[in-house]
Amino acid sequence: MINEPVFAGNKGKDVRSDCHVTLELTETGGIDLRIDSKVGALYGNAIETLCRDILSHYNIEHASMLVEDNGAFDFVIAARVEACIRQLIPTDDAYLPDLIPENRYSSCAERMRFSRLYIPGNSPKMMINACIYGAHGVILDLEDAVAPQKKDEARLLVRNALRQVNFYGAERMVRINQLPRGLDDLEEIIPHNVHVILLPKCESRDQIAQVNERIRSIQERKNLSGDIYLMPIIESALGVIRAYEIATAADNVVAVALGLEDYCADMGVKRTTEGAESLYAKSHLVNACRAAGVQAIDSVFSDFQDEGALRRIVLQSKSLGFEGIGCIHPSQIQPVHESFAPTDAEISKAKEIVLLFEQAEEKGLGVVALGSKMIDPPVVKRAVQSIDRAIALGKLSKNWRSEGE
Amino acid sequence: MSENSLVTNAVGRTVPTLINNVPSVPFKGVGKHRPTGRKHSIVIPSCADYPEDGNKLVPSLKEALIRAGLKDGMTISTHHHFRNGDLIANQIFAIAAELGVKGLVWAPSASFPCHEPIIGHLESGVVHHIEGSMNGALGRYCSEGKMAGLGVLRSHGGRYQAIQDGELHIDIAVIAAPAADAFGNANGLYGETACGSLGFALADSEYADRVIVVTDNLQPFPCIPWQIQGNNVDYTVVVDKVGIPEKIVSGTTQVTRSPDRLFLAEMTARFCEEAGLIREGFSFQAGAGGTSLSIGIYFAELLKKNGLRSRFARGGSNKYLVEMLEQGLTEYILDGQTFDLEGVRSLRENPNHVVTSPFTSYNYHGKGNFASMIDVVILGATEVDLDFNANVVTHSDGYLLHGIGGWQNCLAAKCVILPLPLFRGRVPVIRDAVTTICGPGEMIDVIVTERGIAINPQRQDLLDAVKHSSLPVKSIGELKEEADRICGKPAQPVLGDEIVAAVKWVDGTVIDAVRKVIA
Repeated sequence: MINEPVFAGNKGKDVRSDCHVTLELTETGGIDLRIDSKVGALYGNAIETLCRDILSHYNIEHASMLVEDNGAFDFVIAARVEACIRQLIPTDDAYLPDLIPENRYSSCAERMRFSRLYIPGNSPKMMINACIYGAHGVILDLEDAVAPQKKDEARLLVRNALRQVNFYGAERMVRINQLPRGLDDLEEIIPHNVHVILLPKCESRDQIAQVNERIRSIQERKNLSGDIYLMPIIESALGVIRAYEIATAADNVVAVALGLEDYCADMGVKRTTEGAESLYAKSHLVNACRAAGVQAIDSVFSDFQDEGALRRIVLQSKSLGFEGIGCIHPSQIQPVHESFAPTDAEISKAKEIVLLFEQAEEKGLGVVALGSKMIDPPVVKRAVQSIDRAIALGKLSKNWRSEGE
Repeated sequence: MSENSLVTNAVGRTVPTLINNVPSVPFKGVGKHRPTGRKHSIVIPSCADYPEDGNKLVPSLKEALIRAGLKDGMTISTHHHFRNGDLIANQIFAIAAELGVKGLVWAPSASFPCHEPIIGHLESGVVHHIEGSMNGALGRYCSEGKMAGLGVLRSHGGRYQAIQDGELHIDIAVIAAPAADAFGNANGLYGETACGSLGFALADSEYADRVIVVTDNLQPFPCIPWQIQGNNVDYTVVVDKVGIPEKIVSGTTQVTRSPDRLFLAEMTARFCEEAGLIREGFSFQAGAGGTSLSIGIYFAELLKKNGLRSRFARGGSNKYLVEMLEQGLTEYILDGQTFDLEGVRSLRENPNHVVTSPFTSYNYHGKGNFASMIDVVILGATEVDLDFNANVVTHSDGYLLHGIGGWQNCLAAKCVILPLPLFRGRVPVIRDAVTTICGPGEMIDVIVTERGIAINPQRQDLLDAVKHSSLPVKSIGELKEEADRICGKPAQPVLGDEIVAAVKWVDGTVIDAVRKVIA
């Protein structure tokens, strides 16, 4: 078998923690492997062993391979080498690094999703520390953040990252491409303990059905079980109109997010920080999500250096009824958490309500009043939710009842 | 001449007993080496040999070097207050080459990338070796064993000590000055190339046989203040330009935008707060690097939030430290090196912003120094080991790429904190053994990484202080294990037996030797 050389990965002055692999199959001569690594003195031998193991995994006996490495971790090198091999040999066979034990945890439908950090799916440098900042969810993005010609290699990199990058308890998310390509993304993603699939440019229940059908088929084929949640992203006028239909399309839809860049483009309006142009979309989406019993998640705010504006926007989001927002930079996570968190005043009011309600229940009273205001079950429910969140965010002790004021 | 031999020092490193044919003492332990004898001194000068009108001007640097007696084998010193904008050091060795002088020793207080042309003089034999930091290209050159003599690396305080003690005799010191008079009084506060403190040149002005002051901004006598005293100066020279202003101080010092570094800075500040280190009247030193700068800013926020004030900050001054001074968050800046124009301005205008020198701040062979009085110091490192020993000069592949600066001297502070990423690229920072020991672990208290904080077991007080906090305190072994799992266990790079440089401790003893890199 003789071929033209194929490539995968990235190189260049500003590329870190990545490598560029060139592979050519040859007829004879065994494996001619050259490794040009910035960390050669420390990891040259390890890289060579890894590369030879991958080639042998695919039964490649004769090839010429060049690895230009800028400090890539093993899971990155493996993804790059596999991406080359798959261009030459049609195969579904994967070379999988171990799923680290720290990543074997599950999520749940109702968990807090204040922040979800987007990480480009083909940028290894940003992956390794993505989860140390405490975002509630981390999204490996195969869609807009990946150039069209890099889609295939990104899929393998994201797969390996799901197995090897410690998510430190964050909800493990992947944004797949628009359908139908997104369905093929699922093949590489679903078997690796992903918690949430983000489905971009969602406009119909049918898309949700297609995704769920493919997930079921993969789980069946691979003999897997476990809940995989969906977060459709609505990014068009039609999507907004159909928000309720989408939010109720399946039981595993846990949240619906808004993507305002594309929505504004679709509407033919300019996106502003004030956001008058998207007020309808936001209100409609929140209303639909409430009706469907799922979380409404706001669009990302892209000026990550303007923390003040971000805080204002998040407070506005919270007041509209959103329960989270996308983050494009780690520096946004803390302001987002602080802004979505119940305020101290909200927490003390909630405590008061819960205590009064519990006392009333003990006494068998049906109706309670706080000051001149009636406290009915929805108010209590919201107070309980505020308290749960305050506890989860470390703003309130679990034993707040016994610790008093 | 005594025989060179290799001995094992108190930190278990094999070091030479002769360095460039000069006997040297192996490191004996912190505070263990007690030299006898008296300080170095220069030949007694006489006013009879100097012009009564105080005018020591000579027409050119070349003329001044000739009059100073420049000849084969001499040691010539320069200073790094112009950082990468220095125009003088390269000129000196170009003149030496032109005059056919050979075998010089260059003793800079630090070298910068602008000094790469010195490699040509090392190749041609004009310069025999360098005693001073070797960064970038010079470090690479030395690491590959191409320098005729051994490099000698000293801290800022160690350089003062070595010159004072006579270990490093300077034949000719050339001090570039932003402002000077014909008598030789000089400061760094005025003129195109204003750079702040000239403290690095102090030892040379006191102990060199011949002292030349070079300026592009000649003032009528008296040039005030005289950080360099004309009474120590032999010749003065006026040139068109002593430095390139935009490479000396940056108009704006940038805080890091790297989320990883900010995270580390915030974690470090949180540690300091939770450990109770930030209190009324405390003192601190943080460098001008991205992470350190951000830590300073977090300190300022904490002080403001809690209504506290620091008694003094040691710098590396920059606009953020100046803001702290002007907002009353610190009472004094004791400034060893001025990093931006705001720092220079403040030094000029504010009596509470004071110049210091390696003598006041760092010299171990003095009657005390400021470093040991500081409450919290934030430093960097390329590597640390499980005993908290740290390296600042070489990388894990063996290349010598950084100077020591004031790092070793600052280890004397009451609490030494190293905020370090657990790995850089793929290279773990915590090693079984550091490539080069620059500072003994007993002096390093805390390693802060993005994945956990390791406190030196010798600091039970700090361990107790944060016991009930939510900080991720781990053992250094746990951190190392985590890094090795993420990065893979690194191989030990094979280095040559040949020694290419020696690293001195603050007392002049040899703490480690740098081995040749086999490329």
